[in-house]
Amino acid sequence: MSTTDVTTSNFETEVLNSDKPVIVDFWAEWCGPCRMVGPVLEAISDEHADSVKVVKLNVDENQEIAAKYGITSIPAVYLFDGGEVQKQSIGAKPKSALEKEFAEYLGQA
Amino acid sequence: MSPDFTPALKLDLGATPPGTAESDQQQVADGDSTVHDVVIVGSGPAGYTAAIYTGRANLKPVVIAGSVTAGGDLMQTTEVENYPGFTDGIMGPELMATMQAQAERFGADVRYEDAVKLELDGEVKKITVEGGEVLHAKTVILATGSAYRELGLEDEKRLSGHGVSWCATCDGFFFKGQNIAVVGGGDSAIEEATFLTKFADKVTLIHRRDEFRASEIMQKRAFDDPKIEILWNKQVIGISGESKVQELSLEDTVTGDVSALPVTGLFVAIGSDPRTDLFKDQVELTPEGTVAVQGRSSKTTLPGVFAAGDVLDPTYRQAVTAAGSGCVAAIDVEHYLAEHSARAQDQDQLTAPSAAQRSPLPH
Repeated sequence: MSTTDVTTSNFETEVLNSDKPVIVDFWAEWCGPCRMVGPVLEAISDEHADSVKVVKLNVDENQEIAAKYGITSIPAVYLFDGGEVQKQSIGAKPKSALEKEFAEYLGQA
Repeated sequence: MSPDFTPALKLDLGATPPGTAESDQQQVADGDSTVHDVVIVGSGPAGYTAAIYTGRANLKPVVIAGSVTAGGDLMQTTEVENYPGFTDGIMGPELMATMQAQAERFGADVRYEDAVKLELDGEVKKITVEGGEVLHAKTVILATGSAYRELGLEDEKRLSGHGVSWCATCDGFFFKGQNIAVVGGGDSAIEEATFLTKFADKVTLIHRRDEFRASEIMQKRAFDDPKIEILWNKQVIGISGESKVQELSLEDTVTGDVSALPVTGLFVAIGSDPRTDLFKDQVELTPEGTVAVQGRSSKTTLPGVFAAGDVLDPTYRQAVTAAGSGCVAAIDVEHYLAEHSARAQDQDQLTAPSAAQRSPLPH
């Protein structure tokens, strides 16, 4: 399963009310490091599809959500579970680093 | 496929037969691993320039570009105005994409992977990448660049991503109409400050001395910008805020007076340190922490191991000096391989003019 885009209008359904934990990639077109993180999250999404859902949120087009969660640096990768932020990771990090930070939600690869 | 599938260990190359430095890329004992002529670790201007030169010398360089750091520091800059050849300047990411394409044109194998372990002694070097794959190479060019320096304050990490930032181009957007600060006194600090005035109402530039080390043209930009206020002789000693940055504590470096500066964002641009974690115990470093090289060459204290770019440069650290240094390393690699193949041939009792013929240098 690859990453899908979420917006302000479906954030509640797709993220907050999700049965599975959701990793949200806050990104923007102008952010160089964000472009590097994209494929890393695609890979995590593919490998851990049973445990988590991975989505992307464009902060430029969905400023309300970015503001609500106090995003001031991107790439920002947040993990939501049960409608709440459980983990956050700031900056472009390699796959292994993200997997480590989110380990308890990723289950067995 | 599961990453567990990657074989945990590949063979130990301890038994590499002598004379591996023969001609083209060859197979080593385990049969699935090539000994590359050159592996370049890093993909900034130094790494890609080394790839262009070694590619043109038909050495088929492998570039370990980094999974999220490919392109290096210039990926986070905006306009590069001082790289020769671009009258109107060029965007940092575009410059790096161009360099990469140029390297690939000459056969460079650019891999978006992270090197996690380097074993640099001996004739055949081993480069382990994330996931466990081991590359073997006759030569390695260390072009790992440098990493942003942190202030080292207790709350810096906690508030990172909540007002504390290292990337103005990424994060300026979030500070529209706000009062923010930049700490630093070099070109990058001033570039960030002037860039941030596009978004912020006011940018306070905090510097611990009473003059900048930035270039004249950059300084003038800061002085002329009505949105930039400069605080001289001040250092940041504290960052406060419950869930996001609210205030900085500043100490006057002359009088010792402490004052408060209410801001919602702090951009840290106080320089960078050479990224040597992977090899600092294997090659000699200078007192500045950069890789020690012989004279104007790129030769480190280990044969077959070369360095290029910011990782060896405590002084200049420009895109163009890094590129030049990548070129130096590539030529040193060519010479090293030519000498080694000549020696191997001598050992094999082969006759005469081989060295000259085998030189990979174009005529």
